[in-house]
Amino acid sequence: MKTCLIVDDSAVIRKVARRIFETMNFQVGEAEDGEKALTACGETMPDAILLDWNMPTMDGYDFLRALRKTPGGEKPKVLFCTTENDVGAIARALHAGADEYIMKPFDRDIVTAKLAQVGFLAEADAA
Amino acid sequence: MTDIEFDFLRSYLKTRSGLALSAEKRYLVESRLGPVCRRFNLADLGALATALKSGRDTAMERAVVEAMTTNETFFFRDRVPFDLFRDVLLPEAMARRASQRRLRIWCAAASTGQEPYSLAMMLNDAAPRLAGWSVDLVATDLSTEVLEKAKAGLYSHFEVQRGLPVQALIKHFEQVGEQWRISAPLRQMVDYRPLNLLHPFDALGSFDIIYCRNVLIYFDAPTKGDVLGRLSASLAPDGALLLGAAETVIGLTDRLVPSPQHRGLYNQAGGAAARAPAARPLPAAPILPAAGIPPLRRVVGL
Repeated sequence: MKTCLIVDDSAVIRKVARRIFETMNFQVGEAEDGEKALTACGETMPDAILLDWNMPTMDGYDFLRALRKTPGGEKPKVLFCTTENDVGAIARALHAGADEYIMKPFDRDIVTAKLAQVGFLAEADAA
Repeated sequence: MTDIEFDFLRSYLKTRSGLALSAEKRYLVESRLGPVCRRFNLADLGALATALKSGRDTAMERAVVEAMTTNETFFFRDRVPFDLFRDVLLPEAMARRASQRRLRIWCAAASTGQEPYSLAMMLNDAAPRLAGWSVDLVATDLSTEVLEKAKAGLYSHFEVQRGLPVQALIKHFEQVGEQWRISAPLRQMVDYRPLNLLHPFDALGSFDIIYCRNVLIYFDAPTKGDVLGRLSASLAPDGALLLGAAETVIGLTDRLVPSPQHRGLYNQAGGAAARAPAARPLPAAPILPAAGIPPLRRVVGL
């Protein structure tokens, strides 16, 4: 089964995102900040990471830079999911190694489309 | 709404836009035309039917037809028809037109512009190979309202996130407040014009590639056959026609056949697509505009 880590300090967002990923046959883990996410990735590297930007302790940007330097940390597809919606922020995120970028507010269609963009096609779920 | 009024509206829409509504689509007529009634200060759909019968208000006629069109679309919708354009149709058409260095592409149900702009982005990516070429990218739709939006090229946060890779967003769009506007060079590549597919469109000339996706599904079989026959007449002998996933030519026209390799792709029956590219003289695309139709804009040397 495909695995996904949802990293967001909002429990509400984590819950909404979890539902979307679970219907796409992902096994979902959660982390409420970058530091906890990094620990989780150290244990098991997920296939995909949905990543908020602004979080206490370690933000999404610092997490991503640290992740990409970790052994095996180049593997997960990272989708930023944030209210940071200006071009500069998007460019920084991509430069730091993000695969896709979701601007909040988001809905199921957007998440599905973005996952397809990074290679998780809906058809593959049946397998 | 009485049955008589509903039947009148059905036949009215069938004549004006080809929209074939079954008896179960009563709810759709009620939900879409209710706002039109309010806009024109009419009490109900019965009053609207009466007003349409008098046939004096062209603004009202247009509002009724446009309110019943479905304009849902997104960038790179269904993906496969666009991968096909980038990987197969464009390279093959460029090989066949290497001496003329001219390509003509038509989006026949352009809606709010996502389909033609998706093609424009891919043409832009191919720009180094298209240096010195002249490319026409014509985009038509029945609804002038959606064409205005298409021309403006301004999309919501939700619209730019469905189907559009973020790299393409960064590359081709600028942020305008809460919205995103596609870049001026891409906007200028697309020649938008209102067109009802029920009316003659031969004045647009002959095309190498036609995208006519998700519009035939709203027509009845004779109308589908008629439109497909005329699309075939507007398609080069070696041209490519792309239809929506739920659409086909089978049983509707003998002039087009499905491609054996690619789903959603259709070629001229007994046409030149399968033959050797160099073996056949190329038809001159008519470029002289018919009376009353402004000349098509051409993008030269991308």
